[in-house]
Amino acid sequence: MKLCDAIAELYRKAATSLPSDVEAALKSAYEKESKSNAKAALATILENIKIARKTKRPICQDTGVPVFFIKVPVGISHLELKREIIMATRIATKKVPLRPNAVDIITDKNSGNNTGIGFPVIYFEEIKGNNLIIDLILKGSGSENAGQLYKLPAEELKAERDFEGVRKCVLDAVYKAQGRGCPPYIVGVGIGASRDQVTRLSKGQLLRDIEDINRHKILYELEKKLLEDINKLGIGTLGFGGRTTALGAKIGVNHRHPASYFVDVSLSCWADRKARLTWKIQNSKFKIQN
Amino acid sequence: MENSKFKIQNSKLKSKKPKTITLPLTKDEVLSLNVGDMVLINGIIVTGRDKIHKFLFNNRPAKNQIPFNLEGAILYHCGPIIKKTQKGFELIAGGPTTSMRLEMYENYIISRYGLRGIMGKGGMGAKTLNAFRENSCVYLHAIGGAAVYLADRVKRVTDVWKLEEFGMSEAMWVFEVKDFPAIVTMDARGRSLHEEIERRSYKEFKRLAGL
Repeated sequence: MKLCDAIAELYRKAATSLPSDVEAALKSAYEKESKSNAKAALATILENIKIARKTKRPICQDTGVPVFFIKVPVGISHLELKREIIMATRIATKKVPLRPNAVDIITDKNSGNNTGIGFPVIYFEEIKGNNLIIDLILKGSGSENAGQLYKLPAEELKAERDFEGVRKCVLDAVYKAQGRGCPPYIVGVGIGASRDQVTRLSKGQLLRDIEDINRHKILYELEKKLLEDINKLGIGTLGFGGRTTALGAKIGVNHRHPASYFVDVSLSCWADRKARLTWKIQNSKFKIQN
Repeated sequence: MENSKFKIQNSKLKSKKPKTITLPLTKDEVLSLNVGDMVLINGIIVTGRDKIHKFLFNNRPAKNQIPFNLEGAILYHCGPIIKKTQKGFELIAGGPTTSMRLEMYENYIISRYGLRGIMGKGGMGAKTLNAFRENSCVYLHAIGGAAVYLADRVKRVTDVWKLEEFGMSEAMWVFEVKDFPAIVTMDARGRSLHEEIERRSYKEFKRLAGL
């Protein structure tokens, strides 16, 4: 198979099959829920996940903005990879099918194939080794619109430049989002020196397994605390009220400038659609997982 | 949200029997719906999202300039995935989109075109809630993200308007639905579940943040 066809399959996997960690977390939220409307909604969500996987149709009609995080072995051309991705995007839009979501700012016309200026979003990182690793998130815009960027200190939140300040920002973001971004959310947090960097960092957290353990103990503790507090807000599934407002909270950090302390909060809807393609450079063998 | 499934999955939900509603809706039918009710919708609904709202609001077409009768109808905030086949249009996925983006347009559209229901997700604000009360209209919350489950409750895609101009996801589609499930979260008496949840969560947020 050609790389672009494998990437088209990656699209299909991400769009139609929810990762097992997210599905398991939703099942556990269903078991725990006592509010009837929230529980009924979770039952429908779980049923929808099954139907989508079985019939290979997109879980949600908003197949989102495709965001690629790519780890590239030394010597592979980024330019050529980008070309493969654009071809794959056009193929997948037709074949899966995906909803065409790329709208030209100047003409206000939809390109019809999910490609355009800066669309899909692609982040490259060069690595050692022989495997090309392509992670794809299909980021729905309901939850993308619910994200927030903070510049600490923020007086209105009494948020200083410390983890306690970060906690207040995250709670503020989820409170402001209410049910509009399709909770239960997966919450990604990025902390660092520049705005562009923290937004990418927070989005990258959405790729992490819900059950993973942050290697920095202090961040792991904060993630646990955040999840606990978010679930006390009582917003619940789709904003109907109830026990589960978020399934996970994940934090990534960069070094910061003495004068800056940016915190970005990315929310993913319950349909945290992500998948990984691992492609062996030597023999073009690949696997797709999520 | 099928009745039978819930009886199996959760005995506690047995008491919550969905109300079946058939379109077009009358004023009395709307007034009989209350926040928290589960409904199963039957009949013809129309879709409309950002571009349709902007167009109706700014261009103010007369009722007879719109090819479908919106009187008593449900306007569904949805940008579907639809495939054109030889047999016609096939709905692949069609869950709700976030309604709040349409807040600045909706009160005008409800009163001008005589809508009886707005369906979407996430709820709407004070201006629309007021329009619900003044025009006897109701907000129906569909299950966000349940796009194939909901598409399977659409029996036919019968018509479309503005497809060429606005594109697939922004056109006004006409769906014939059968037992399409939703939950009433804003009613014609001025009650809003979203307002209540927001108020409660604000209190909790302030407590947790020490504000």
